[in-house]
Amino acid sequence: MNHEAPMWEFMETGIHFNLSNVLMMTIASLIVFIIAVTATRKLAMKPTGMQNFIEWVMDFVKNIINSNMDWRTGGQFLMLGMTLILYVFVSNMLGLPFSIVIGGELWWKSPTSDPAITLALAVMVLGLTHYYGIKMRGMKNYAKTYVQPMGFLFPLKIIEELANTLTLGLRLYGNIYAGELLLTLLAGLGTSGAFGAIGAAIPMLAWEGFSVFVGSIQAFIFTMLTMVYLSHKVSDDH
Amino acid sequence: MLTSNFVLGQAGHFNGGDIIYQLFIFIVLLALLKKFAWGPLMGIMKEREAHVANEIEAAEVSRKEALKYLEEQREIVKQSRTEAGQLIENAKQQGEAQREDIINQARAEAERVKESAKREIVQEREKAVAALREQVASLSVMIASKVIEKELSQADQEKLINEYIQEAGEGK
Repeated sequence: MNHEAPMWEFMETGIHFNLSNVLMMTIASLIVFIIAVTATRKLAMKPTGMQNFIEWVMDFVKNIINSNMDWRTGGQFLMLGMTLILYVFVSNMLGLPFSIVIGGELWWKSPTSDPAITLALAVMVLGLTHYYGIKMRGMKNYAKTYVQPMGFLFPLKIIEELANTLTLGLRLYGNIYAGELLLTLLAGLGTSGAFGAIGAAIPMLAWEGFSVFVGSIQAFIFTMLTMVYLSHKVSDDH
Repeated sequence: MLTSNFVLGQAGHFNGGDIIYQLFIFIVLLALLKKFAWGPLMGIMKEREAHVANEIEAAEVSRKEALKYLEEQREIVKQSRTEAGQLIENAKQQGEAQREDIINQARAEAERVKESAKREIVQEREKAVAALREQVASLSVMIASKVIEKELSQADQEKLINEYIQEAGEGK
């Protein structure tokens, strides 16, 4: 149940890699890339098959952006949103069908079930919000947002930034990790004996379905919150 | 055992490398997708938008044109109808005039024929009268010569003249 992680240190520098995470991130990225590229190979004015799907995704992300800011400022985040939602969704789904344990080390899992990775994504997103906040509104306006509407709110604003980052990353991690943990437990129960197999079959089925649902919802929420934080920093109407 | 899983960096080592790798691979993915997928996709979607807008505009224009043509055609039909009416009216008038003309001509012709016939009749009568007169004269001469031959009495003479006149009247 509690599997070791295949750790590897990069040339004695103190930077440790979890190789299974590296593998799964690469696989998730590859899958997203393959989906996106095959869907956009044969582009036509009248969309068919995969193009319909990818255009639906694009409209979906467009709606998310439009619900947070006007399209003039939000349009540039469309590609970020598309990549984010697909990457997070694929990452969430990867650990669901099975997990692979080799020699006590867990190799196949969702990359998003590791807090370091989700927090990395969250920090990247929050970093982007600060970057675009400064770029689009200027340093002065950006700094002003920390003392608005009242000056004494400044500490709270700082805490808010930290909390945003933490919650964005940990929410995703918690949901996916919990899902995988329960799946692992159910799988352990299922393989423990005949009664266990019968007892675990139905909860397993239900939890798989629920995890698909949670994974999709979390991908949506992650993208949604990214756009919310971006709009907070980028829009003038606050 | 489980609790160690909830702590960052499960196995004692903090997996900072994963963070770097995650950032790196996400940025690479973003760049690749931008070049190979989202760019072309957004291009085609924009193109479609433009196409639809164009089509709507074109439809609007052709609709207006069609309306214009319809109005024109309507005008032309109206015009041709009035023209046709005029033509019929003209033809009617012309026919009327021609009829009048023909009748007048016929009437004049008839008048002329009648006139000439009348004249002929008068001429014939005059000729006949003249011939009669000539005959009367020659008869008178004959009578005179017979009187001279026979030396007839007054009564006989009268009787004879009357006879001859009678004869001439019957012979005519």
